[in-house]
Amino acid sequence: MTVEPLQLSDFSRDDHGSIGLVRESVPRPFKPTVVAEMSRVVSNDAVNAEYYHLVVECGPVAAAAEPGQFFSLLCPKLPGEEPFLRRPMSLYGTNPHQGRIEFLYKVVGSGTRGLATLKRGDLLDIMGPLGRGFALDPGLTDIVAVGRGAGLATLAPLAKAARRNGTRVTAVFSARRPDLMVSVGLFEEQGATVIQVTDQEATSGPANVERILRELITDGRCQAFFTCGSSRLMRVQQRLAEEFSLPGQVAIEQQMACGIGLCFCCVRDFNVGGTIVNRRVCWDGPVFDLLETLP
Amino acid sequence: MKLETDIDMSVKIGELTLKNPIMPASGTFAEGLSQVMDFDRLGAIVTKTVTREVRAGNPTPRVVERPNSMINAIGIPSKGVAHFVEKIIPLYAHLSTPLVVSISAPTADGFACLARDLSLPGVAAIEANISCPNIEEDGKAFAMNADSTATVTRALRAATDLPLWIKLTPNTGDMPAVARAGEAEGADALVVANTILSMAIDLKTFKPSLGNVMGGLSGPAVKPIVLRQVFQCANAVDIPIIGCGGISSAEDVIEYMLAGARAVQVGTATFLQPNIMPRIIEDLQAFCYHRQINRASALTGALLIEEADESDLSWLDPQ
Ligand SMILES: Cc1cc2nc3c(=O)[nH]c(=O)nc-3n(C[C@H](O)[C@H](O)[C@H](O)COP(=O)(O)OP(=O)(O)OC[C@H]3O[C@@H](n4cnc5c(N)ncnc54)[C@H](O)[C@@H]3O)c2cc1C
Ligand SMILES: Cc1cc2nc3c(=O)[nH]c(=O)nc-3n(C[C@H](O)[C@H](O)[C@H](O)COP(=O)(O)O)c2cc1C
Ligand code: FES
Repeated sequence: MTVEPLQLSDFSRDDHGSIGLVRESVPRPFKPTVVAEMSRVVSNDAVNAEYYHLVVECGPVAAAAEPGQFFSLLCPKLPGEEPFLRRPMSLYGTNPHQGRIEFLYKVVGSGTRGLATLKRGDLLDIMGPLGRGFALDPGLTDIVAVGRGAGLATLAPLAKAARRNGTRVTAVFSARRPDLMVSVGLFEEQGATVIQVTDQEATSGPANVERILRELITDGRCQAFFTCGSSRLMRVQQRLAEEFSLPGQVAIEQQMACGIGLCFCCVRDFNVGGTIVNRRVCWDGPVFDLLETLP
Repeated sequence: MKLETDIDMSVKIGELTLKNPIMPASGTFAEGLSQVMDFDRLGAIVTKTVTREVRAGNPTPRVVERPNSMINAIGIPSKGVAHFVEKIIPLYAHLSTPLVVSISAPTADGFACLARDLSLPGVAAIEANISCPNIEEDGKAFAMNADSTATVTRALRAATDLPLWIKLTPNTGDMPAVARAGEAEGADALVVANTILSMAIDLKTFKPSLGNVMGGLSGPAVKPIVLRQVFQCANAVDIPIIGCGGISSAEDVIEYMLAGARAVQVGTATFLQPNIMPRIIEDLQAFCYHRQINRASALTGALLIEEADESDLSWLDPQ
């Protein structure tokens, strides 16, 4: 394995400003661009048998989060359970005017079980916004969003952002069963077309998804891929992106401890021009170039 | 003393004066934190351990949580010394906070050469991580025994004029002997301590929870053990001790200082509360103010072991 050469991007993140060699002679009050603060729960409702939709009131720094960024949540502890670390959750929605952010999460373990107990008015310690989100080129007229499971939550803010740019979105959403499908209404409200595939209906296999995507490409509806939540579907898009020379971005998950680039526990391998490099998902991502990402 | 800000928060670690006793623990701090807090508030900055060669680190999973603690097996990934000198040291050059550079090497000679090469303008001290349990086979490290600690400290001392801190492992059975060996060979301070060698198993898969099988335990759960070790080391040597293990509040810092620490490092707690270090500094200052302690450094070693008479504590009590 060859190892990553020196990169300025290791510590300067121009997109989000703030990091780098800032030299100043006049001290000015420190302004954080990431906060850890107590937010207040506005609502936390089950949307189906597995997912909850959480809305919290937060300060302006948190509410300025962008699509593809995430927060790290200090989950309430249920009796007998001891989640210790924070839990990463993608931004599902934001309303900077109301000072609100939203999450859509699946209950899987001690942390998310604790989250599910939150009631209106409760406090929740949120840390964010974290990471580098989707870069949505305003020049694109047509994009395709492909997601599965909790990945649909991560893709959700794209719908609104794309509409603002006048970009048409076609979403291909995959789930085990139709009743576990999330985010569909949200995409449709923003004018997106949603194609649903499920395991139950035997429509979610890679071959069928590839067929759907090929059609979209032929119809001129796919200038770029945006995806999250399934390695199998990512591989399908990588093949097509290569074949048709299309760009793409993928949001990936990895276990985290700090969420802000300190601990190097969230690394994954990437293929950058034939060289395998190691990147931190929380810091360099969680959104990465589709073709560089390894399954 | 009229104001909290009248309290002298500074501490001396050998020749180096820190504006307060709070600094990050190596491997739990990086430039990303500058989004959350002002680095100029810290007593010192301690960088992630760097090695001469480029290292990939351990396979994932690299971390697993346990009650009030976590186990990590990151494996000291490193971009090597050239990257560190060109890209990392300059990041902190504009700060008033001194930069402490943590180093590791597989041999005493390797440690010495690296310390020499990193004794550069902008570097205020060298912290030799002679303790990381993940590097050496079976978790063995120089700081496991007094002889190898003496060997590596002697080599380091000959290689640099900068203040030399050596970071001990809590996994040795004879902390005081290791501490004395470091002091005898010229270390300026001891950092007590690194993580506790440990393990976790996943009951779903019957596999070890960490890619590296074993890892280092950190977080609040380790504090009573490391506090004891700070106490033992402080009784064994005269050089300053920097306490490190499970600190997440000013109360924890005060315990460490009473047990003999001159300063402390905060690690895992930053993962849970990225802004914890500035908060601890404020709380420590507030504690000193309320207890009418003029200088934070007065807390160091102020533990009263014998049954205290009233008068012994009077200097601590508000009038
Ligand atoms: C950047 C990012 C964004 C995410 N966004 C969402 C989202 O919007 N909605 C959603 O439902 N889930 C999302 N996840 C997954 C979510 O973080 C996990 O489901 C959650 O951490 C599980 O915690 P738990 O205590 O319930 O489960 P446990 O299995 O008990 O967790 C044990 C440990 O493993 C970690 N872990 C478990 N599953 C994952 C996972 N898939 N990814 C990373 N770490 C994991 C936990 O954080 C914890 O440290 C995201 C993950 C990442 C990395
Ligand atoms: C993720 C992680 C990475 C670490 N990396 C290093 C390292 O590179 N060098 C080192 O000397 N100690 C390293 N440590 C140990 C810490 O510096 C510290 O000694 C230990 O975590 C105990 O303090 P804490 O309980 O406050 O975390 C690491 C700890 C953690 C949790
Ligand atoms: S979670 Fe710590 S570096 Fe990414």
